[in-house]
Amino acid sequence: MKVAIVKYNAGNIYSVFCACRRLGYDPVITNDPEELRNADKVIFPGVGEARAAMDYLNETGLSDIIRNLKQPVLGICIGMQLMCRHSEEGDVDCLGIFDVPVERFRPADSSFKVPQMGWNTIRVQGLETGGEHRLFADVKDDSYVYYVHSYRVPVCDYTIAKTDYCGPYSAALHKDNFWATQFHPEKSGSVGEKILKNFLLF
Amino acid sequence: MLAKRIIPCLDVKDGTTVKGVQFVNFRNAGDPVELGKQYSDMGADELVYLDITASHEGRKTFTELVKRIAAEVSIPFTVGGGIHELSDVERLLAAGADKVSVNSSAIRRPELISEIARRFGVQECVCAIDARLEEDGTWRCYLNGGRIPTERTLFEWAHEAQERGAGEILFTSMNHDGSKQGFAIEALHRLHEELSIPIIASGGAGTKEHFLEVFEQAHVDAALAASVFHFNEIPMRELKNYLADNGICVRCV
Repeated sequence: MKVAIVKYNAGNIYSVFCACRRLGYDPVITNDPEELRNADKVIFPGVGEARAAMDYLNETGLSDIIRNLKQPVLGICIGMQLMCRHSEEGDVDCLGIFDVPVERFRPADSSFKVPQMGWNTIRVQGLETGGEHRLFADVKDDSYVYYVHSYRVPVCDYTIAKTDYCGPYSAALHKDNFWATQFHPEKSGSVGEKILKNFLLF
Repeated sequence: MLAKRIIPCLDVKDGTTVKGVQFVNFRNAGDPVELGKQYSDMGADELVYLDITASHEGRKTFTELVKRIAAEVSIPFTVGGGIHELSDVERLLAAGADKVSVNSSAIRRPELISEIARRFGVQECVCAIDARLEEDGTWRCYLNGGRIPTERTLFEWAHEAQERGAGEILFTSMNHDGSKQGFAIEALHRLHEELSIPIIASGGAGTKEHFLEVFEQAHVDAALAASVFHFNEIPMRELKNYLADNGICVRCV
């Protein structure tokens, strides 16, 4: 099976590569349109800033390629946020796969630090393992996963898992062949590996 | 709910861990990768690797080590030591480190923090501060592992680091470090109150109660320690269970 990791100007790509390798896959890191279109699975990872990332994706034409992918695609962290309609970070229009805005955390008091950095839980919407919840097969509710972010996606029609930090928001999204997680499965120990494996087995 | 983090810190020289590590049935105590995996399995939330090598050759060895850690450890890790310029940060992040920690070099040239934040994002940069409470009541920042006093003081420097784009403050109290008498609760609490970024407490951990204290009283986001973990004086699992039993939100594995 061919797994492609989208190469662009955001960090953390090597960690995702390593996590796939630990699961026994041999992914390619690429920005080549053909290689991306022909892959069986595409992972759109990253740690970075939304405007800089979108500028890069638009200039290189990767925006249209990602939007039009037909195979299962998994966006991670900034990858997930870039798949939404618009980000408050840099006030930039994003890919629009998920018709929902990305907003900054607005803590009510100083006990909530921004960025949120560390392990927080996931609560899967409904417990059925069919359909879109395949991503969380065999993952217990309230499992801890690793998050690092200052912006978030509100709970919406695409939300398949929620978490809570200064109020509830989306931990994971799904629409058609697109899945996305705000947390980093590649950095979330055995729980993260399970989620990544679930995706790679789609 | 966001869990409080427990972070073992490993000093690395020429590719091996420096301080002795006494795990039972553990053959490769000197291998930072094996050690990292062990800590990860036992429930550590994050790891910090500090390169204490001085030579150029040693730096290359450390970069190779970072690649091996990234390949085998599935929890986040921060690397520090010998980071002077943006190219050092680039090299270590490309090798798979999740965050870099800057200390003396940032006090010498605070723009380094701004540069890292602009280039890689605020979440990539941990600002480590070694400070000592002097007799006149000020917390003075020190360079080079506590050897050289500076004109900077803890709170004003921490504020500047935050303004410049540090994503976290890792504060080590030199008065408490190695004492095993508990963390610098008051100073840590003040950092927590005054800053909007996460605070990591370091220096003074000797018992499980000290960890409970620092979370309950200083409200820090994370606590870091070295020898109490390396010598298994406080087993990681036991610590996590103890904190959970006392109402602290932690991740138990």
